[in-house]
Amino acid sequence: MRITCPICGERDRREFYYKGAAVALARPDPDAGPEVWDEYLHLRANPAGETRELWYHEAGCSAWLVVTRNTVTHAVLGAELAASVKGAGA
Amino acid sequence: MRVAGKGLLDRARTVTFTFDGVHYTGFQGDTLASALLANDVRLVARSFKYHRPRGFLSAGSEEPNGLMTIASGAAQEPNVRATVQEIFPGLEAVSQNRWPSLGFDVLSVNDLAAPFFSAGFYYKTFMWPRAFWEKVYEPVIRRAAGLGALSGLNNGDKYEAAWAHCDLLVIGAGPAGLMTALVAARAGADVILADEDARMGGRLLAETHAIDGQSGHVWAATVLDELATMDNVRLMTRTTVTGAYDQGTYSALERVGHHTAKRAAGAPLETFWRIVAKQAVLAAGALERPVAFANNDRPGIMTAGAVRSYLNRWGVSPGKSVAIFGNNDDAHRTAHDLVTAGVHVAAVIDSRHDAPLSDMFDVRRGAQVCDSSGRKGLESITIRSVSGQDRLQVDCLAMSGGWNPSVHLACHMNGRPEWRADIAAFVPTPGMVPGLHSAGACNGVFSTAACLRDGAGAANRALDALGLKGAVPEMPEAEDANYNLTPLWAVPGKGRAWLDFQNDVTVKDVKQAASENFRSVEHMKRYTTQGMATDQGKNSNVNALAVLADATGRGIPETGTTTFRAPYSPVSIAAMGASGQGAGFAPQRYTTSHGASVARGAPMIEAGLWYRPSFFPTKGETNWRQSCDREVNMVRQAVGVCDVSTLGKIDIQGPGAAELLDFVYTGMFSTLKTGRARYGLMLREDGHVMDDGTTARLGDTHYLMTTTTAAAGEVMRHLEFAHQGLMPHLDVSFISVTEQWAQFAIAGPKSRELLDRLLDSPLNRDDWPFMACGAVTVQGIAARLFRISFSGEHAYELAVPARYGAALFDLLLERAGALGGGPYGMEALNVLRIEKGFITHAEIHGRVTPSDIGMGRMISAKKDCIGKTMSQRPGLTDKAREQLVGLKPTGAVKQLTSGAHLFSQEDAGVRVNGQGYVTSVAFSPTLGHMIGLGFLKNGPARHGEIIRMVDHLRGVETLCEVVNPVFFDPEGGRARG
Amino acid sequence: MRFSGLRVLKEGLFGNKGWTPHWRDPEPNPEYDVVIIGGGGHGLSTAYYLAAEYGLSNVAVLEKGYIGGGNVGRNTTIVRANYFLQGNSEFYSHSMKLWEGLEQELNYNVMFSQRGVINLFHSDGQRDAFARRGNAMINQGDDAILLDREGVRTLVPYLDFDNVRFPVYGGLYHPRGGTARHDAVAWGYARGADQRGVHLIQNCEVTGIDIEGGTVRGVQTSRGAIRAKKVAMVVAGRSGQVAAMAGMRLPVESHVLQAFVTEGLKPVIDHVLSFGMGHFYISQSDKGGLVFGGDIDMYASYAARGNLPIVEHVMEAGMTLMPMIGKARVLRSWGGIMDMTPDGSPYIDKTGIDGLYVNCGWNYGGFKAVPGSGNCFAHLIATDRPHGAATRFRLDRMRTGVGIIDEEGTGAQHNLH
Repeated sequence: MRITCPICGERDRREFYYKGAAVALARPDPDAGPEVWDEYLHLRANPAGETRELWYHEAGCSAWLVVTRNTVTHAVLGAELAASVKGAGA
Repeated sequence: MRVAGKGLLDRARTVTFTFDGVHYTGFQGDTLASALLANDVRLVARSFKYHRPRGFLSAGSEEPNGLMTIASGAAQEPNVRATVQEIFPGLEAVSQNRWPSLGFDVLSVNDLAAPFFSAGFYYKTFMWPRAFWEKVYEPVIRRAAGLGALSGLNNGDKYEAAWAHCDLLVIGAGPAGLMTALVAARAGADVILADEDARMGGRLLAETHAIDGQSGHVWAATVLDELATMDNVRLMTRTTVTGAYDQGTYSALERVGHHTAKRAAGAPLETFWRIVAKQAVLAAGALERPVAFANNDRPGIMTAGAVRSYLNRWGVSPGKSVAIFGNNDDAHRTAHDLVTAGVHVAAVIDSRHDAPLSDMFDVRRGAQVCDSSGRKGLESITIRSVSGQDRLQVDCLAMSGGWNPSVHLACHMNGRPEWRADIAAFVPTPGMVPGLHSAGACNGVFSTAACLRDGAGAANRALDALGLKGAVPEMPEAEDANYNLTPLWAVPGKGRAWLDFQNDVTVKDVKQAASENFRSVEHMKRYTTQGMATDQGKNSNVNALAVLADATGRGIPETGTTTFRAPYSPVSIAAMGASGQGAGFAPQRYTTSHGASVARGAPMIEAGLWYRPSFFPTKGETNWRQSCDREVNMVRQAVGVCDVSTLGKIDIQGPGAAELLDFVYTGMFSTLKTGRARYGLMLREDGHVMDDGTTARLGDTHYLMTTTTAAAGEVMRHLEFAHQGLMPHLDVSFISVTEQWAQFAIAGPKSRELLDRLLDSPLNRDDWPFMACGAVTVQGIAARLFRISFSGEHAYELAVPARYGAALFDLLLERAGALGGGPYGMEALNVLRIEKGFITHAEIHGRVTPSDIGMGRMISAKKDCIGKTMSQRPGLTDKAREQLVGLKPTGAVKQLTSGAHLFSQEDAGVRVNGQGYVTSVAFSPTLGHMIGLGFLKNGPARHGEIIRMVDHLRGVETLCEVVNPVFFDPEGGRARG
Repeated sequence: MRFSGLRVLKEGLFGNKGWTPHWRDPEPNPEYDVVIIGGGGHGLSTAYYLAAEYGLSNVAVLEKGYIGGGNVGRNTTIVRANYFLQGNSEFYSHSMKLWEGLEQELNYNVMFSQRGVINLFHSDGQRDAFARRGNAMINQGDDAILLDREGVRTLVPYLDFDNVRFPVYGGLYHPRGGTARHDAVAWGYARGADQRGVHLIQNCEVTGIDIEGGTVRGVQTSRGAIRAKKVAMVVAGRSGQVAAMAGMRLPVESHVLQAFVTEGLKPVIDHVLSFGMGHFYISQSDKGGLVFGGDIDMYASYAARGNLPIVEHVMEAGMTLMPMIGKARVLRSWGGIMDMTPDGSPYIDKTGIDGLYVNCGWNYGGFKAVPGSGNCFAHLIATDRPHGAATRFRLDRMRTGVGIIDEEGTGAQHNLH
């Protein structure tokens, strides 16, 4: 599996660390309530198909990426810097 | 027997080898199989289940029968296909799965008992009495099963793993692959051409067709000569592409040294390649399928294509009198080639009523071979036709049920191949592996001319995708015959007709499975073991599923295939794990004091990837406890030096540093003064403790964080995520400086004295209170000093650039020695911290909350931080949770053990009574008894209670008092003073 | 038909023509008392125990492919009861006891082989953690023996004790652990359920769950609508999709776990061995293949296939621990879809919808749980109360934090368990 890091270019999967669904970027308010925090930390859409997820270019530039990927075919459809995604959404 | 004038061998070079201890001679270029057949050795193996005598079925890597053990001692290699093993002087081959000998195999009685060994019989018996499975049945079954044996010795050969990158990977160097490579290379693509064979050319080496008026193998050599001169082409022989993975990554195994007794110095036995290809063309050819008929498994019965390979490539006829049995025109070529070479062809038996006739040999149309005889080798076959049955004396039968395209790699990413009725075979569905195109026989294209055209076409499709411009070369003139075939899977009749030769699966077994409702192809496979042998069904799966389709009244495409999985052909664990053996499994990290510690006799132990000294023995000490006790006392009474460089050090800079730290730590770091350090507790977002350490403020926008040795990487990721993923607006940067700084703890009442003499200027008492930090110089070297303590003593940590670490360590030991101190290791460090109730990952094991370790109040109420919200879940704040306590033995037994469980005094030591467990224990030389840390339900409220520690495993039961986890100097005066 | 050695002999003498189907292929009825979605090991054992222990035989198991085609047919066949946290301890202990009588109960040889599981440790800290685990196993009534280095050497002398990257300090030995013939477990339960009247319906994909006013009414399938009083989801890696049909999101993320088998070899490894520093475990099948695996690939996946980094990592672990296996050749690799949870432990619970039950989250340890899982799930479905051995597998434990069962201690990141 290979991922194209927006900073470093195409690299082998073994350079990256996988965290999980990109929902981790949308951290709730501290007082959002247990249901919201449960959603944030535990419950997952877990799609069979396209998904957005967080990868960390650990053996590269240290950038956290939001990678769009298909969980059925393993096709990698794109990667953006998590900081830009978060910045755009914030 | 050898046939004069045939074969691509170097007959000037004879090679002597042994098989089962007997010496044989072959020629350079022979495989073990061709050389044995040249010596008229037909019985070469025994089958798995019935121990039936077996000969070679094929001439390639798909061979199911001719598996042998090569070499002996640590080099012993079981299950080698003799059909691909090149011979070399001194090669030793031994047959397998027989006792006492290949000719007389006791377990061949299994064959007589075959009626009781029907498909799945073992699921229905061996159940009584219950204890007999492990004691009787299973040991007997295990001993009978298995093919070759491992030597049991550690691997002594070198294996390598390597990377390669290219524009186009061409898999297979037959006519299609050669043409693909040629077209792509001429267009400027960076090409890797890989072929499993020692010699490229594929079927061109085994057939007599001409290309452009010259022999096929000569044409192949011409193309290869051109490719070899091109810088953008890499030719990889003896290299099997074994798997297709995501984003154009392919695995391949190169057999570098199996063909020679003398490997080049430093050369590996095998190299495991990861090939990253922008595009790939699969030109892996096709495999001929046998026909199932009664006793179709005798030595001497092989595929028709294999007979041609042995004849045309190796100059060997597998028999003196050969019959051919087939259902397609291709099989007739075998007869043609044999007759031309002067070998007697008894008949061509063709199941088709309209089979072409020949004036070179007898063709029996509409006939079928329905049985064979010959105990250890074929002696005769029985032919059935409309005119009845007759027997034919032959010692070799070449059979062909048609060809199966080698679609495997194209299916490795879950693709299912398509059934093509016209050739009665599966072909790749385009697009199953992104970027992989199929060409030639593996694409269901069988004539030489069509393969060349298909190869050129595939090359151009790949070039298009690469953005390169290809040209269609002038196609050479080549054989372009139609491939006419009428399917024939199994000849009806009595007797056992083999499908899977190695696993001894017969037509009857498949039918029985269907009758027991194992109708899904996967069920049939798993129930009968069909296709689960070392050839993974390459020779048998399509026939078996055709039989299953027939038995279940379905068509072949509806019946479907089993899943194709990597590797295409088996790959050694040593090759795929090439860098793992010995210390290579994980990086080894050494501190700058490593050499000096080893020189002092310190046993070095693993601490994550690092090595740290366990203790430093001195004269007269005979066990670790003596050294450890001395080192603890030394720190408590004088001064000790310990390398703490392995702790993670993260340099944090930027205007946003303070805010970021407030977010990742439970406590406040924005209020920390420059020149001061503070203990920090870091939580995971789920509210459990992740790590702890001290963080120092070196400047207004500059912090230095320390982490535990184990969690350094995890904390770095966490910080980057907290910044980039959650607070990207902050201007802050992190870098690991763990390896840039060598850092030493200098602990004990004489630590200040040591430093005053060591540093270029003595420490001003007022500037260096507990938890102070700042810049100092040591012999002119800029250094950092932190007044922090993990021992509870007055202590410092001194850091210098790593290149000065070794020198500083020596200097520190010299100065410490003068003060009655010296180095201390991990054992003493552990005792010192347990005496103080300081925690490590033995306590913060991932399931504890801040309040579990008595640090609930460290969560600042003034701000949010990662983990704060979730740490307040009901289950995490329950008072009855197990919380940190100290333990002190009070009864007759004075021993404490880590991993023991805690119970109320009167309760039995069973799960439902569990009150907690012990995490860390030590003998405290300071206190003169054992002490322990552990977690106890509602622990802090139970100080003074006597509880029972039970260690079933070590047979220890100790009454202990629950105490404050800080055993020594609870007021902390020694560290502050 | 009852299976026995005598029956094998008798059928053998008469040409093996008398064998009858292991199970029927019935057409689905319009309505059942219980519909079980998923014909894997857990679904089949659930059906079996519903019929065998609770007399519920108006039950259908709906399987979109062939029964036993999921992880029960695609694992490393290890059976053990060596957990240490409440919740897991009592459950796997219960499951182990069921394993120990399974052949006789099912009249089917699942080849449960109690050859012993050895978990190696490589530091004092790991030893202490394993001691806690072993003591917990004994507290639960199961078996555990703490081996020192020499004790390990006696049992498995072929390890590399001299050059391994992480030296062997000792091991936690669990003699009752072992392996079983995975497919046979599915087939044995299927046959047992079928004999008790359960309908096993293959090639029947559930496409929707019918819910009215907060109560489940049945399912929509590729073979039509089927009404049901109770519906039980047991679909492992596919839990996310099936739960979505009921409008639910689960604390589950699906990942791929690869495993490997070598060519057949004469007996060389007699135990199940686990190398903690390398996420590597290995045993030898009765047929002679070395069966082994390691960690998950670490990225979400439904592909049931993996990639080379883990392949190589697993092989490297094998080579550092026991380089005598180097010349064994890997014959086949495969991948299964693992339903990973935030604490690494499973769920057997009711849902917020009346009559809808869920059983999922087995991470990569589902095979050994098959008897216990089915047994406890059947109890829940039949009685609406959790079985005593599975009271802690609650769906809400992550939200409340009450009774989190995090054996790895890696926290709420699904792929880390």
